[in-house]
Amino acid sequence: MATVDTNDQAPGTEPEEDGVRRRDFLNIAAVSVAGVGGAVVLLPLINQMSPSADVLALSSIDVDLSAIEAGQAIKTTWRKQPLFVRHLTADEIAEADAVSLSELRDPQTLAERTAEGHKEWLITLAVCTHLGCIPLGAAQGENRGEYGGYFCPCHGSHYDTAARIRKGPAPTNLVVPEYEFTSDTTVTIG
Amino acid sequence: MVRVIGFLVGLGFVFVLGFSLITGAINYVSNPPAETVEHEFHRHAHAPEGGFASDGPFGRFDRQQLQRGFQVFKEVCAACHSLQYVAFRNLTDLGFTEPEVDAIADQWQIQVPTVDPETGEETTRNAVAADRFPHVYPNETAGRAANNNAYPPDLSLITKAREGGAAYTYSLLTGYQDPPEDLPEANRPGTGLYYNPYFANLNLAMPPPLTADGQVTYADGTEATIDQMAEDVTAFLIWTAEPKLEARKSTGWAVLIFLVFATVLAWLAYQNVWRDQKH
Amino acid sequence: MSFPWAEQYKPTNPFMRWMDDRLPLPRLVYNAVGKGYPVPRNLNYFWNFGVLAGLFLVIQIVTGIVLAMHYAANSSIAFASVEHIMRDVNSGWLMRYVHANGASFFFIVVYIHIFRGLYYGSYKPPREMVWLLGLVIFLLMMATAFMGYVLPWGQMSYWGAQVITGLFEAIPLVGTTIKEWLLGGFAPDNAALNRFFSLHYLLPFVIAGVIILHIWALHLPGSSNPTGVDVKGPQDTVPFHPYYTAKDGFGVGVILILFAIMVFFLPNYLGHADNYIEANPLSTPAHIVPEWYFWPFYAILRAFTVDFILPAKLWGVVAMFGSILLLFFLPWLDKSPVRSGKYRPQFKIWFWVLVVDVLILGWCGGAPAEEPYVMISQLASMYYFAHFLIILPIISRTERPRPMPNSITEAVLGTDESAAQPAAAS
Repeated sequence: MATVDTNDQAPGTEPEEDGVRRRDFLNIAAVSVAGVGGAVVLLPLINQMSPSADVLALSSIDVDLSAIEAGQAIKTTWRKQPLFVRHLTADEIAEADAVSLSELRDPQTLAERTAEGHKEWLITLAVCTHLGCIPLGAAQGENRGEYGGYFCPCHGSHYDTAARIRKGPAPTNLVVPEYEFTSDTTVTIG
Repeated sequence: MVRVIGFLVGLGFVFVLGFSLITGAINYVSNPPAETVEHEFHRHAHAPEGGFASDGPFGRFDRQQLQRGFQVFKEVCAACHSLQYVAFRNLTDLGFTEPEVDAIADQWQIQVPTVDPETGEETTRNAVAADRFPHVYPNETAGRAANNNAYPPDLSLITKAREGGAAYTYSLLTGYQDPPEDLPEANRPGTGLYYNPYFANLNLAMPPPLTADGQVTYADGTEATIDQMAEDVTAFLIWTAEPKLEARKSTGWAVLIFLVFATVLAWLAYQNVWRDQKH
Repeated sequence: MSFPWAEQYKPTNPFMRWMDDRLPLPRLVYNAVGKGYPVPRNLNYFWNFGVLAGLFLVIQIVTGIVLAMHYAANSSIAFASVEHIMRDVNSGWLMRYVHANGASFFFIVVYIHIFRGLYYGSYKPPREMVWLLGLVIFLLMMATAFMGYVLPWGQMSYWGAQVITGLFEAIPLVGTTIKEWLLGGFAPDNAALNRFFSLHYLLPFVIAGVIILHIWALHLPGSSNPTGVDVKGPQDTVPFHPYYTAKDGFGVGVILILFAIMVFFLPNYLGHADNYIEANPLSTPAHIVPEWYFWPFYAILRAFTVDFILPAKLWGVVAMFGSILLLFFLPWLDKSPVRSGKYRPQFKIWFWVLVVDVLILGWCGGAPAEEPYVMISQLASMYYFAHFLIILPIISRTERPRPMPNSITEAVLGTDESAAQPAAAS
């Protein structure tokens, strides 16, 4: 072509010759590579919202159990969330063990929810599994609900002495975090 | 109209500038600026021979050297200088294991301020890995009071926060010397000051920190000459200022290779699209 | 819009037809940057820089939103929050270095874009409004960049805020009141930092809005071109897509390579060491300079050293703002009917003198305020004002332009000899 008059023929509209395919391929390849690049750029943009290194570094705490009498509980924080540490009495342990698993919405035994050899220490997140309120029942005189464990006032979930859900809208038991006893009276959570 | 006003405004600016220029020039000729003593005796920072391992587009940290540098920081610098933006947990980047880092934090010479959970009184506790390096002084006033009114700067960013960067830090550490004979009396170090031609005003309040070979004993058997210690601690401070340096460079190479590939393709597609058009 | 031979948007897909009747957004895009926008076929690489400026605005907005998720606009923790981004946030160092260097690249491409407009007479009728809106964008960019540089709350941030707001003190009678109003205090502090953060977040979106007006105003007459000759017919244009999208794609690749080299291998090269020291109201850095993109204007500010009727400081401030304001009058200062500098032998020489002059001003603006830099910047400032206010109006009357091609097509095909040769690619 010696003139510029053919400009109304864009590359895609040319007659079907074997050249057309090859030419299209190059354009498609260029656009695809740019698309892949754009998609890879999204990764750091999304990942920057994940917990940062300093937040992750604060993810374990030590709790001193020596001052908690049987029947008492304390509230502390772990990963910026409240945490219950409860010293169960023998009665409460017996009560929890007496429940048959078939009655439970989220079947777990007390032994599964405590550390081996430390069945009297019930450590759970103080976050109701329904919508995240803090259940009552840790401090003296608070409503412990119909099953003697915890009671969430927001929507009326009742937990028993092993912090298992027994009544109300919550779907699962209070969450037991990972922890280990570093001595008889201290526990490292996280 | 616009052009007439513009012309007059233009002439006005040119005239005032010319007036400033002539006044300045007369002043310059009649009263030429003398070279300041600081300028005359000041020396430019220089990197150690061979530079630092982290220099250049392929530069990587020498972990062994960073550990030695950390030892120099701990045994020499940390007495006065803080490292407030660096956390003990970051030391795993230097090749320390987590139990080693826990031990370093637990035994750190300065404790972390806290509140006694029983009494509510202010107290201190041992550092843990998650803590940043504790401040040496509770506040700047205390730091000044303890150091002849010269506050020891935080070292976290020092190799990025000074003209000359790491070379400056290294030069300063190795640059202490007796003032030259011809230094005017007014510029000689006063009491509590030390002559160092790499420092902007020639005299600084920090006593020479590295004074003798073997001041620290390196675990890896490297001979602890003053030069070696200065180089090691500077390498450590490059790391504290730019801990993501290695990730930055390796990401950079991946990005560059991709971009060159994509740009070549884009050029071919561009030629391809235009091949029927003269332009 | 634009030329009658522009391709019409004809959606074939039933959904797109349904959409077109209700919200003709695809039609808008098609007519703005698609097949429906005919563009002169002879644009050179300098015409890439508008799109590149848009690219860097997007980069700045995206990384800026990300940084704002982690940054704390409080004078007691702002500096530490930036270090938190650099050390602890996932890819935080990357976001910050891209944002910091992105500002510089935004200015680089915009300066090239502006000088392209100056050389090819893009400010002349019928595109005056495009030029004026572009200058508004430039002013907004300068305000945004200045406030953004304050946010890390380092020494240069703090003293930059102090010096720039101090300029307003030069205004007679109300100057001090204005400065205190701008800062919300007697010196930069938390109030200033918070309002700068708020405005730094807002202004880029205002810029995006003005860019839409800038492109709208451009698309009425259509893009200018290196010959400055008007488009005469369909043979002079090609559709924006795929021709210029392909060319812009290549341009984007090239600038991103340069950008990546800075971000990953020289991230602090364009910054100042002093800004890695936390702001200290009791200690001024030895050598305060703004970011490089303000250096030419900073040199003009400092060039006025002698009181003459008005105080020198006021002269400097007036001249600095004047140096930008006069550009708003450029379409009426340079009345030469010839657009492109290519056909203006005298204009071309003065244009290149101006380029060198602005580079010299930039060099002086970054240097300490001592001789000989002050005298050089005085000479260079004299030329800057003389160029726009005296030389351009005169040569636009006296100059005899070189013969111009009759049409873009003629310019592309050259003279008869070259037109007789077979065309390149076929």
